[in-house]
Amino acid sequence: MDFNTKYTPQSWPDHPEQVTLEGKNKFLGFWLFLAGETVLFSSLFATYLALKNKGPSGMEFSTQTLFELPLVFVMTMILLTSSLTSVYAMYHMKNHNFKGMQTWLAITVILGIAFLCLEIYEFNHYVHLGFTYGQSAFSTAFFTLVGTHGLHVAIGLGWIILLLIRNAKRGFSLYNAPKYYTASLYWHFIDVVWVFIFTVVYLMGVVG
Amino acid sequence: MSHDAHVYSKSQTEYEYTRRVRREAMRGQVTTFAIMIFLTLIAFSAVAAGFSEYFIVPILLLLAAIQVVLQLYYFMHMSEKNHGMAAFFLYSGAILGFTLFLTFLTIVWWN
Repeated sequence: MDFNTKYTPQSWPDHPEQVTLEGKNKFLGFWLFLAGETVLFSSLFATYLALKNKGPSGMEFSTQTLFELPLVFVMTMILLTSSLTSVYAMYHMKNHNFKGMQTWLAITVILGIAFLCLEIYEFNHYVHLGFTYGQSAFSTAFFTLVGTHGLHVAIGLGWIILLLIRNAKRGFSLYNAPKYYTASLYWHFIDVVWVFIFTVVYLMGVVG
Repeated sequence: MSHDAHVYSKSQTEYEYTRRVRREAMRGQVTTFAIMIFLTLIAFSAVAAGFSEYFIVPILLLLAAIQVVLQLYYFMHMSEKNHGMAAFFLYSGAILGFTLFLTFLTIVWWN
Protein backbone atom coordinates (compact mmCIF):
# COMPACT_ATOMS: atom_id res chain seq x y z
CA MET A 1 0.00 0.00 0.00
CA ASP A 2 1.75 3.16 -1.02
CA PHE A 3 0.68 6.75 -1.26
CA ASN A 4 -0.27 6.52 -4.92
CA THR A 5 -2.59 3.52 -4.67
CA LYS A 6 -6.10 4.43 -5.78
CA TYR A 7 -8.84 3.12 -3.55
CA THR A 8 -12.53 2.40 -4.01
CA PRO A 9 -15.08 2.62 -1.18
CA GLN A 10 -14.79 -1.21 -0.90
CA SER A 11 -10.99 -1.31 -0.63
CA TRP A 12 -10.62 1.86 1.50
CA PRO A 13 -9.24 0.74 4.92
CA ASP A 14 -11.35 1.15 8.07
CA HIS A 15 -8.78 3.48 9.66
CA PRO A 16 -7.12 5.11 6.64
CA GLU A 17 -5.34 7.61 8.89
CA GLN A 18 -3.33 4.89 10.61
CA VAL A 19 -2.39 2.49 7.82
CA THR A 20 1.00 3.94 6.84
CA LEU A 21 3.91 4.47 9.22
CA GLU A 22 3.73 8.19 8.49
CA GLY A 23 0.05 8.22 9.42
CA LYS A 24 0.72 6.40 12.71
CA ASN A 25 3.52 8.83 13.55
CA LYS A 26 1.33 11.82 12.70
CA PHE A 27 -1.44 10.49 14.94
CA LEU A 28 0.88 9.95 17.94
CA GLY A 29 2.84 13.13 17.41
CA PHE A 30 -0.34 15.12 17.13
CA TRP A 31 -1.64 13.86 20.47
CA LEU A 32 1.70 14.77 22.05
CA PHE A 33 1.28 18.25 20.56
CA LEU A 34 -2.23 18.47 22.03
CA ALA A 35 -0.76 17.58 25.45
CA GLY A 36 1.62 20.52 25.04
CA GLU A 37 -1.31 22.74 24.09
CA THR A 38 -3.11 21.62 27.24
CA VAL A 39 -0.16 22.84 29.32
CA LEU A 40 -0.06 26.14 27.40
CA PHE A 41 -3.76 26.83 27.98
CA SER A 42 -3.57 25.71 31.64
CA SER A 43 -0.89 28.31 32.30
CA LEU A 44 -2.96 30.99 30.55
CA PHE A 45 -6.09 30.01 32.54
CA ALA A 46 -4.05 30.05 35.77
CA THR A 47 -2.72 33.52 34.91
CA TYR A 48 -6.22 34.76 34.10
CA LEU A 49 -7.74 33.45 37.34
CA ALA A 50 -4.86 34.87 39.38
CA LEU A 51 -5.24 38.32 37.81
CA LYS A 52 -9.03 38.41 37.29
CA ASN A 53 -10.48 41.86 38.12
CA LYS A 54 -7.05 43.07 39.29
CA GLY A 55 -5.86 46.46 38.07
CA PRO A 56 -5.23 50.10 38.99
CA SER A 57 -7.31 51.35 41.93
CA GLY A 58 -10.70 52.67 40.90
CA MET A 59 -10.75 50.52 37.74
CA GLU A 60 -14.29 50.53 36.35
CA PHE A 61 -13.91 47.31 34.36
CA SER A 62 -14.81 43.99 35.89
CA THR A 63 -16.06 40.68 34.55
CA GLN A 64 -19.57 41.63 35.69
CA THR A 65 -19.74 45.01 33.94
CA LEU A 66 -17.94 43.90 30.77
CA PHE A 67 -19.25 40.56 29.54
CA GLU A 68 -22.48 40.09 27.62
CA LEU A 69 -23.83 36.55 27.61
CA PRO A 70 -26.00 36.59 24.43
CA LEU A 71 -22.93 37.15 22.23
CA VAL A 72 -20.96 34.44 24.07
CA PHE A 73 -23.93 32.08 23.74
CA VAL A 74 -24.07 32.57 19.96
CA MET A 75 -20.29 32.08 19.68
CA THR A 76 -20.52 28.88 21.74
CA MET A 77 -23.32 27.46 19.58
CA ILE A 78 -21.41 28.28 16.37
CA LEU A 79 -18.21 26.60 17.55
CA LEU A 80 -20.03 23.58 18.96
CA THR A 81 -21.89 23.11 15.66
CA SER A 82 -18.64 23.41 13.72
CA SER A 83 -17.29 20.57 15.85
CA LEU A 84 -20.21 18.37 14.71
CA THR A 85 -19.73 19.35 11.06
CA SER A 86 -16.10 18.21 11.23
CA VAL A 87 -17.29 14.90 12.70
CA TYR A 88 -19.51 14.61 9.60
CA ALA A 89 -16.48 15.36 7.41
CA MET A 90 -14.53 12.49 9.01
CA TYR A 91 -17.58 10.22 8.64
CA HIS A 92 -17.51 10.86 4.89
CA MET A 93 -13.74 10.34 4.83
CA LYS A 94 -14.18 6.87 6.32
CA ASN A 95 -16.87 6.16 3.72
CA HIS A 96 -14.52 7.33 0.95
CA ASN A 97 -16.91 10.09 -0.10
CA PHE A 98 -14.56 12.89 -1.14
CA LYS A 99 -17.23 15.42 -2.16
CA GLY A 100 -19.10 14.86 1.12
CA MET A 101 -15.97 15.49 3.15
CA GLN A 102 -15.12 18.63 1.17
CA THR A 103 -18.64 19.98 1.69
CA TRP A 104 -18.68 19.40 5.45
CA LEU A 105 -15.18 20.83 5.90
CA ALA A 106 -16.26 23.90 3.93
CA ILE A 107 -19.26 24.31 6.29
CA THR A 108 -16.85 23.95 9.24
CA VAL A 109 -14.68 26.70 7.78
CA ILE A 110 -17.67 29.03 7.29
CA LEU A 111 -18.78 28.50 10.92
CA GLY A 112 -15.19 29.07 12.09
CA ILE A 113 -15.03 32.34 10.17
CA ALA A 114 -18.35 33.44 11.72
CA PHE A 115 -16.97 32.66 15.19
CA LEU A 116 -13.78 34.62 14.50
CA CYS A 117 -15.74 37.64 13.19
CA LEU A 118 -17.83 37.72 16.39
CA GLU A 119 -14.67 37.52 18.50
CA ILE A 120 -13.07 40.40 16.57
CA TYR A 121 -16.29 42.41 17.05
CA GLU A 122 -16.21 41.66 20.79
CA PHE A 123 -12.53 42.67 21.23
CA ASN A 124 -13.09 45.79 19.14
CA HIS A 125 -16.04 46.72 21.36
CA TYR A 126 -13.93 46.33 24.55
CA VAL A 127 -11.09 48.41 23.13
CA HIS A 128 -13.58 51.19 22.27
CA LEU A 129 -14.76 51.15 25.88
CA GLY A 130 -11.14 51.77 26.94
CA PHE A 131 -10.49 48.16 27.99
CA THR A 132 -7.28 47.89 25.96
CA TYR A 133 -4.58 45.23 26.12
CA GLY A 134 -2.35 47.30 28.43
CA GLN A 135 -5.14 48.82 30.56
CA SER A 136 -4.70 46.49 33.55
CA ALA A 137 -3.35 43.13 34.65
CA PHE A 138 -6.92 41.84 34.16
CA SER A 139 -7.22 43.09 30.58
CA THR A 140 -3.80 41.66 29.60
CA ALA A 141 -4.62 38.26 31.10
CA PHE A 142 -8.07 38.26 29.43
CA PHE A 143 -6.88 39.23 25.95
CA THR A 144 -3.93 36.84 26.12
CA LEU A 145 -6.11 33.86 27.09
CA VAL A 146 -9.06 34.48 24.76
CA GLY A 147 -6.79 35.91 22.03
CA THR A 148 -4.57 32.80 22.05
CA HIS A 149 -7.70 30.71 21.55
CA GLY A 150 -8.77 33.03 18.72
CA LEU A 151 -5.32 32.64 17.16
CA HIS A 152 -5.79 28.87 17.29
CA VAL A 153 -9.12 29.23 15.50
CA ALA A 154 -7.43 31.37 12.82
CA ILE A 155 -4.59 28.85 12.40
CA GLY A 156 -7.09 25.97 12.25
CA LEU A 157 -9.07 27.79 9.55
CA GLY A 158 -5.90 28.46 7.52
CA TRP A 159 -4.89 24.82 7.91
CA ILE A 160 -8.22 23.38 6.74
CA ILE A 161 -8.51 25.86 3.86
CA LEU A 162 -4.98 25.01 2.64
CA LEU A 163 -5.73 21.28 2.92
CA LEU A 164 -8.92 21.71 0.90
CA ILE A 165 -7.19 23.74 -1.81
CA ARG A 166 -4.03 21.61 -2.05
CA ASN A 167 -5.95 18.33 -2.27
CA ALA A 168 -8.97 19.66 -4.18
CA LYS A 169 -8.42 17.48 -7.25
CA ARG A 170 -6.51 14.61 -5.67
CA GLY A 171 -9.24 12.50 -4.10
CA PHE A 172 -8.44 10.35 -1.08
CA SER A 173 -5.13 8.58 -0.60
CA LEU A 174 -3.27 7.18 2.38
CA TYR A 175 -1.09 10.27 1.99
CA ASN A 176 -3.78 12.88 2.69
CA ALA A 177 -6.16 10.91 4.96
CA PRO A 178 -3.95 11.45 8.10
CA LYS A 179 -3.76 15.14 7.24
CA TYR A 180 -7.54 15.54 7.27
CA TYR A 181 -7.77 13.46 10.43
CA THR A 182 -5.24 15.54 12.42
CA ALA A 183 -6.84 18.78 11.22
CA SER A 184 -10.20 17.59 12.54
CA LEU A 185 -8.63 16.56 15.88
CA TYR A 186 -7.17 20.06 16.13
CA TRP A 187 -10.56 21.59 15.44
CA HIS A 188 -12.17 19.52 18.23
CA PHE A 189 -9.41 20.54 20.61
CA ILE A 190 -10.19 24.20 19.87
CA ASP A 191 -13.75 23.47 20.96
CA VAL A 192 -12.50 21.73 24.15
CA VAL A 193 -10.58 24.90 25.07
CA TRP A 194 -13.62 27.04 24.28
CA VAL A 195 -15.77 24.99 26.70
CA PHE A 196 -13.37 26.01 29.48
CA ILE A 197 -13.29 29.63 28.27
CA PHE A 198 -17.05 30.11 28.19
CA THR A 199 -17.37 28.43 31.59
CA VAL A 200 -14.42 29.89 33.50
CA VAL A 201 -14.11 33.32 31.86
CA TYR A 202 -17.63 34.28 30.83
CA LEU A 203 -20.16 32.34 32.92
CA MET A 204 -18.12 32.35 36.16
CA GLY A 205 -17.21 35.97 35.37
CA VAL A 206 -20.84 37.03 35.20
CA VAL A 207 -21.71 35.05 38.36
CA GLY A 208 -19.03 36.74 40.40
CA MET B 1 5.62 2.85 2.64
CA SER B 2 7.08 0.03 4.68
CA HIS B 3 3.92 -2.01 4.48
CA ASP B 4 3.91 -4.58 1.74
CA ALA B 5 0.39 -5.89 2.43
CA HIS B 6 -1.84 -6.06 -0.61
CA VAL B 7 -4.95 -3.92 -0.99
CA TYR B 8 -7.86 -5.77 0.54
CA SER B 9 -11.26 -5.29 -1.03
CA LYS B 10 -14.37 -5.96 1.05
CA SER B 11 -17.09 -8.24 -0.24
CA GLN B 12 -20.48 -6.62 -0.87
CA THR B 13 -21.96 -7.96 2.40
CA GLU B 14 -18.91 -6.92 4.39
CA TYR B 15 -19.00 -3.48 2.80
CA GLU B 16 -22.69 -2.97 3.55
CA TYR B 17 -22.10 -4.12 7.12
CA THR B 18 -19.27 -1.60 7.76
CA ARG B 19 -21.34 1.17 6.24
CA ARG B 20 -24.21 0.32 8.57
CA VAL B 21 -21.88 0.23 11.59
CA ARG B 22 -20.49 3.64 10.62
CA ARG B 23 -23.96 5.07 10.12
CA GLU B 24 -24.97 3.91 13.59
CA ALA B 25 -21.76 5.37 15.06
CA MET B 26 -22.60 8.66 13.35
CA ARG B 27 -26.06 8.59 14.91
CA GLY B 28 -24.31 8.20 18.28
CA GLN B 29 -22.18 11.25 17.49
CA VAL B 30 -25.29 13.32 16.75
CA THR B 31 -26.77 12.20 20.10
CA THR B 32 -23.52 13.29 21.79
CA PHE B 33 -23.87 16.65 20.07
CA ALA B 34 -27.47 17.00 21.30
CA ILE B 35 -26.34 16.26 24.87
CA MET B 36 -23.57 18.86 24.59
CA ILE B 37 -26.03 21.49 23.33
CA PHE B 38 -28.35 20.61 26.22
CA LEU B 39 -25.52 20.95 28.80
CA THR B 40 -24.58 24.33 27.33
CA LEU B 41 -28.20 25.50 27.53
CA ILE B 42 -28.40 24.45 31.20
CA ALA B 43 -25.14 26.29 31.99
CA PHE B 44 -26.23 29.55 30.34
CA SER B 45 -29.78 29.50 31.71
CA ALA B 46 -28.54 28.69 35.24
CA VAL B 47 -26.38 31.81 35.11
CA ALA B 48 -29.19 33.89 33.59
CA ALA B 49 -31.55 32.68 36.38
CA GLY B 50 -29.16 34.24 38.91
CA PHE B 51 -28.68 31.54 41.56
CA SER B 52 -26.16 31.96 44.38
CA GLU B 53 -22.50 31.91 43.37
CA TYR B 54 -21.59 29.04 45.70
CA PHE B 55 -24.35 26.88 44.27
CA ILE B 56 -23.75 27.67 40.63
CA VAL B 57 -19.94 27.56 40.23
CA PRO B 58 -19.56 23.83 41.08
CA ILE B 59 -22.45 23.03 38.71
CA LEU B 60 -20.87 25.04 35.88
CA LEU B 61 -17.53 23.25 36.38
CA LEU B 62 -19.25 19.86 36.43
CA LEU B 63 -21.18 20.62 33.20
CA ALA B 64 -17.95 21.77 31.53
CA ALA B 65 -16.13 18.60 32.65
CA ILE B 66 -18.88 16.35 31.23
CA GLN B 67 -18.85 18.25 27.95
CA VAL B 68 -15.05 18.01 27.63
CA VAL B 69 -15.14 14.25 28.33
CA LEU B 70 -17.82 13.80 25.62
CA GLN B 71 -15.78 15.86 23.17
CA LEU B 72 -12.55 13.92 23.89
CA TYR B 73 -13.98 10.40 24.04
CA TYR B 74 -16.55 10.61 21.25
CA PHE B 75 -15.72 13.45 18.86
CA MET B 76 -11.96 12.86 19.20
CA HIS B 77 -12.47 9.04 19.34
CA MET B 78 -10.51 8.45 22.56
CA SER B 79 -13.02 5.76 23.52
CA GLU B 80 -11.95 3.65 20.52
CA LYS B 81 -9.12 1.14 20.83
CA ASN B 82 -5.55 2.05 19.94
CA HIS B 83 -5.79 5.31 21.90
CA GLY B 84 -3.69 4.32 24.93
CA MET B 85 -0.75 6.55 24.06
CA ALA B 86 -3.09 9.40 23.13
CA ALA B 87 -4.71 9.19 26.57
CA PHE B 88 -1.31 8.89 28.26
CA PHE B 89 -0.06 12.06 26.53
CA LEU B 90 -3.21 14.04 27.17
CA TYR B 91 -3.49 13.10 30.86
CA SER B 92 0.23 13.85 31.39
CA GLY B 93 -0.38 17.29 29.92
CA ALA B 94 -3.50 17.77 32.05
CA ILE B 95 -1.68 16.79 35.27
CA LEU B 96 1.24 19.10 34.48
CA GLY B 97 -1.23 21.86 33.61
CA PHE B 98 -3.12 21.35 36.86
CA THR B 99 0.14 21.66 38.84
CA LEU B 100 0.87 24.96 37.05
CA PHE B 101 -2.63 26.11 37.87
CA LEU B 102 -2.24 25.32 41.62
CA THR B 103 1.20 26.96 41.73
CA PHE B 104 0.05 30.20 40.10
CA LEU B 105 -3.02 30.51 42.30
CA THR B 106 -1.27 29.76 45.60
CA ILE B 107 1.54 32.21 44.79
CA VAL B 108 -0.80 35.04 43.82
CA TRP B 109 -3.70 34.48 46.21
CA TRP B 110 -1.72 33.74 49.37
CA ASN B 111 0.73 36.61 49.22
